[in-house]
Amino acid sequence: MKQTHSKKDIYLDAAGQSFRKLSPRIQMKNPVMLVVYIGAIFITALYFLTFAGVKDGEGWYVLTIAFLLWFTVLFANFAEAIAEGRGRAQADALRRSRRDCKAKKLKEPRPGADYTEVLSNELKPGDVVLVSAGEQVPMDGEVIEGVASVDESAITGESAPVIRESGGDRSAVTGGTTVVSDWLVVKVTAQAGNSFLDKMIAMVEGASRKKTPNEIALQILLVTLTIIFLAVAATLLPFSEFASEQAGEGSAVSLTNIVALLVCLAPTTIGALLSSIGIAGMSRLNQANVLAMSGRAIEAAGDVDVLLLDKTGTITLGNRQASEFLPVCGVTERELADAAQLSSLADETAEGRSIVVLAKERFDIRGRDLSDKHAKFIEFSAQTRMSGVDLCGDEIRKGAADAVKAYVEQKGGEYPQECRTMVEQVANAGGTPLVVARNGKVLGVVYLKDIVKNGVKEKFEDLRKIGIKTIMITGDNPMTAAAIAAEAGVDDFMAEATPETKLELIRQYQKEGHLVAMTGDGTNDAPALAQADVAVAMNSGTQAAKEAGNMVDLDSSPTKLIEVVRIGKQLLMTRGALTTFSIANDVAKYFAIIPVLFAGIFPQLAALNFMHLTSATSAILSAVIYNALIIVALIPLSLKGVKYREVSAGKMLKRNVLIYGLGGIVAPFLAIKLIDIILTFFGIV
Amino acid sequence: MSYVIMQDVGFLILLIGLGIPLGIYMYKVMLGKKVFLTRVLRPVENVTYKMMGVNPNEEMGAKKYALCALAFSLFGFLFLFLLHLCQGFLPLNPEGLPGTSADLAFNTASSFVTNTNWQAYSGESTLSYLTQMLGLGVQNFVSAATGIAVLFALIKGFTRRQCRTIGNFWADLIRSTVYILLPLSLVVAVLLVSQGVVQTFSSYHDIVTLEGAAGSVPVGPAASQIAIKQLGTNGGGFFGVNSAFPLENPTAFSNLLECWSIFILPVGLCFSFGKAVKDSKQGRAIFLAMLILFVVALIGVTAAELFTAPQFDGAVVSGNMEGKEVRNGVGASSLWAAVTTGASNGSVNSMHDSFTPLGGMIPMFLMQLGEVVFGGVGCGLYGMLAFALLAVFIAGLMVGRTPEYLGKKIEAFDMKMVCLVILAPPLLMLIGPMLTVMNPQTPEWLTNSGPHGFSEILYTYASTGGNNGSAFAGFNANTPFTNLLSGLVMLIVRFVPMVAIIFLGGNLAKKKIVPVSDGTLSTSNGMFVGLLIAVVILVGALSFLPALALGPIAEFFTTLG
Repeated sequence: MKQTHSKKDIYLDAAGQSFRKLSPRIQMKNPVMLVVYIGAIFITALYFLTFAGVKDGEGWYVLTIAFLLWFTVLFANFAEAIAEGRGRAQADALRRSRRDCKAKKLKEPRPGADYTEVLSNELKPGDVVLVSAGEQVPMDGEVIEGVASVDESAITGESAPVIRESGGDRSAVTGGTTVVSDWLVVKVTAQAGNSFLDKMIAMVEGASRKKTPNEIALQILLVTLTIIFLAVAATLLPFSEFASEQAGEGSAVSLTNIVALLVCLAPTTIGALLSSIGIAGMSRLNQANVLAMSGRAIEAAGDVDVLLLDKTGTITLGNRQASEFLPVCGVTERELADAAQLSSLADETAEGRSIVVLAKERFDIRGRDLSDKHAKFIEFSAQTRMSGVDLCGDEIRKGAADAVKAYVEQKGGEYPQECRTMVEQVANAGGTPLVVARNGKVLGVVYLKDIVKNGVKEKFEDLRKIGIKTIMITGDNPMTAAAIAAEAGVDDFMAEATPETKLELIRQYQKEGHLVAMTGDGTNDAPALAQADVAVAMNSGTQAAKEAGNMVDLDSSPTKLIEVVRIGKQLLMTRGALTTFSIANDVAKYFAIIPVLFAGIFPQLAALNFMHLTSATSAILSAVIYNALIIVALIPLSLKGVKYREVSAGKMLKRNVLIYGLGGIVAPFLAIKLIDIILTFFGIV
Repeated sequence: MSYVIMQDVGFLILLIGLGIPLGIYMYKVMLGKKVFLTRVLRPVENVTYKMMGVNPNEEMGAKKYALCALAFSLFGFLFLFLLHLCQGFLPLNPEGLPGTSADLAFNTASSFVTNTNWQAYSGESTLSYLTQMLGLGVQNFVSAATGIAVLFALIKGFTRRQCRTIGNFWADLIRSTVYILLPLSLVVAVLLVSQGVVQTFSSYHDIVTLEGAAGSVPVGPAASQIAIKQLGTNGGGFFGVNSAFPLENPTAFSNLLECWSIFILPVGLCFSFGKAVKDSKQGRAIFLAMLILFVVALIGVTAAELFTAPQFDGAVVSGNMEGKEVRNGVGASSLWAAVTTGASNGSVNSMHDSFTPLGGMIPMFLMQLGEVVFGGVGCGLYGMLAFALLAVFIAGLMVGRTPEYLGKKIEAFDMKMVCLVILAPPLLMLIGPMLTVMNPQTPEWLTNSGPHGFSEILYTYASTGGNNGSAFAGFNANTPFTNLLSGLVMLIVRFVPMVAIIFLGGNLAKKKIVPVSDGTLSTSNGMFVGLLIAVVILVGALSFLPALALGPIAEFFTTLG
């Protein structure tokens, strides 16, 4: 998706938003920050009470703490606003393509029928409209007649137009796209306000963002910690009062300091960044041109442990290629190549072309112009399952083994045993055998090979490391499938797959507790897509497939699934890492604050002040300043996500515990000490 | 010194060596498999079901299981409460002791029903033999059995898949009593009697001391009570001074045996857990986390008692002997202190109030961790499993999956229950002392002023809020205020987590089991043990550091200078 807003706009907008988000209604949604918010109000009130003679601490000190708490709240708002801002920029771009337009509503569902002009937002599902070249498709729908090229760049960002036609798997059109040539008759399938584009805008904008299940569970943990710290802070006043009475020295801890301690201890870092992590995860997915229909789907993507991958396009290049000529019965390889090439000259399929190319490469047999030789080309048909050429009295045919066998036998020839074994060998090796015959005599076999894409083996290896099982789905026979599966390094395969067996396979895995992800585009994929935990529908696919899936891939790339899993995992990892960091920080904050907090009552506790912070005031100020600044410092990380690598869970945990756990303990010690030095240097404390 | 090390190492060997077979035995019993005692005890079990009129094969959902557990405890509570009030009119009361005050009856009933055994009274001068045996003795068994039952309800939650039930409370209760607690306490009681622990119905003996003064030596059916008080991590002494009294704990062997009895069931249950979830490594990981925490605490207490008693030049050589029995010495007293507070036992063989500031802080902190360093029978392990779920939740996210433990996904409802389990103890342990220090009468109840006085109050609620029952003493707890407050604390901290655990088990049972892959966070390796320990300590330290700073830590630094 295109980014039209500049970074500066987003920052300025976010800064404004951070103040607007100070409304209590918005603050209520985040319990951890609500505590800080109430604390800020309370301390501010305390400051004004100092004028009324209620003295909790030095006026300037109370005011400073109040300001710092307000900044903490603002920083949290800012983090969320920035994440939302990026989505809003995307949404604005989309909205521009959603403007209402005139639609030609047909009275009868045929191209020549009369039509009335209506506004696109008045269309209802079931209406039929005509869209001519240069017009915008008014609403999502299904092409029922016509073929046209459609510019979908408004949604996908891809400028090359795509073909849309009635019937088959390319019949869906999206409102907001433009017909570039020809015309389409479209049956409307969505209502205004509920179209694909509307949903897309709502998703990227985060307007319909609900808290995801894992986010809720984490929120519960954060609230629990906050309750504990509330109790710790609330009991501090009576405890310290009692202790000072008993010791006959010092006084109770001031309210300002208690609130400051509470804010430092509450998991504000993760509390402030939690929602921006979620929004940013969604944005990252959008940037990969994948649209999730719910936040739940992204989380599920992180959990997926079985990937169903279509063979064609994902694992192998779309087309088979001729890789060898295997002659039989004393025929020379060159003879076979020559015949095969002749029969393929008019064959426009990729397989046919690859035979011509192979013959040229091997034996330098050039393509010939046969138009003057009275050549008659026989096209492939479903009945004969052969194609070929009749040339100068020769009849050359190529086709599937059993078809050619029938042809040869019908001609009175013999289908040699050698050919039979050869065909079997090729099939066993994962190839497709193509038998070539001339005048009822078998010449040999052309080995058509499925070419496994570069780098997929390594990709599957990486997936295996993070515990994801890859399963290849193909319509090929089991032998061929097994050979390709072995070559590509997938964990398992399903041969002769049908929509039913695919659905059954998903159910089977789910029953064993696995979470299954798949991509699909055809209408017959819809049941399997609906059953899978993460179902990425191709944007080029049918409406039914898009509705059944919980994500839509605008690029219609079959390898996108792997990217989706990565983004899902990264989202969860970022949450975990920042939670760990936030909690680990408390250790240092305690060591900064506790010794000085009770120094009035028990001066000997100063022995614990091993950070040698200048004074009680500076210790608490440093901790509160650190607490606010760390939110800002971590905003980039929360937006970008923590570093992700394909390694086993154990290694990943070790790495993250080291960085965010241990780092979370050490970092604040250094930072608080540094802030203390700066405060002391400027003589503030 | 070398004796102390030998004793501690020997203790651990006995514990692990016997804990593993006992764990396997308990696993078999609780899942209804045949054991060598089945032939003898099956009739007893069946007769009990008949008498109670329950069907042990009825499968219960979480709600019913929790209701049964609560109803059973409520019945026990009311029975105990009335028994206390009416003991003056009932038999087996040779000393003719009158009924107790209502607030003390409430406190003691709460205390024994919740497996706390906090004693605001002195047994020999307050309770009749009937109250001790029929009331307290029975609760010593069944409150421990309830803990085991609930633990197995949770374990069934882990092992069952897509199932709405978690077993039968009555079957779990009766099996753990009949097959585990009764035979074991019989063995331990006999061994105790062999060491000279009393077991009699006769009245107290009048004696004349060496100095010629008249005195009275309390006796009673003690050995049988002591066996179950230790095995069931109850801790309520037959006599007021508990196991410091020679007739409760006469020899070095009886001391070791009693320490062993306190830990053996919680230790064994870790291994039962591993067996039950069909992955012994899982049980071992939990056990190791507990063991490491315990060993560190034991070394801490022992070192503090040996080396940090600074004031008296003469005392430094033998360590801090104030408040310790000479026959036990520093080593056996420190071991006991760590064991009794690690497990939620609460019996004592020395005066924890007289420990050095740090030596006294460690037992207090062990309780403040929520009684999960082996903890109470059953409840210690289910508390630790709640911490394990918490550790898994945070660590699991860091590997990029929604967290799962033993193949069960940890979702919002599970986290809610886990948080209730983890939240209850620290909250009550802080609010109890808060209300106490806000009460203007409190300073009169303290024997010590300054930070030590505050420690006494903290300790009281760490003990009742951990369902431990150990007393720091020095704080007069038998007042209506403390009796009611601590009684309430004990009830809440027992039953809120217990019900949460049952519902957690019920919810887990409904889920599928996610198969293990390379992307699964291992919950049985060293890394996880480390994380679990870190989470337990972090939650404890974050909750109590400020309070401890005003109590033992302040005391430590003030006595230094």
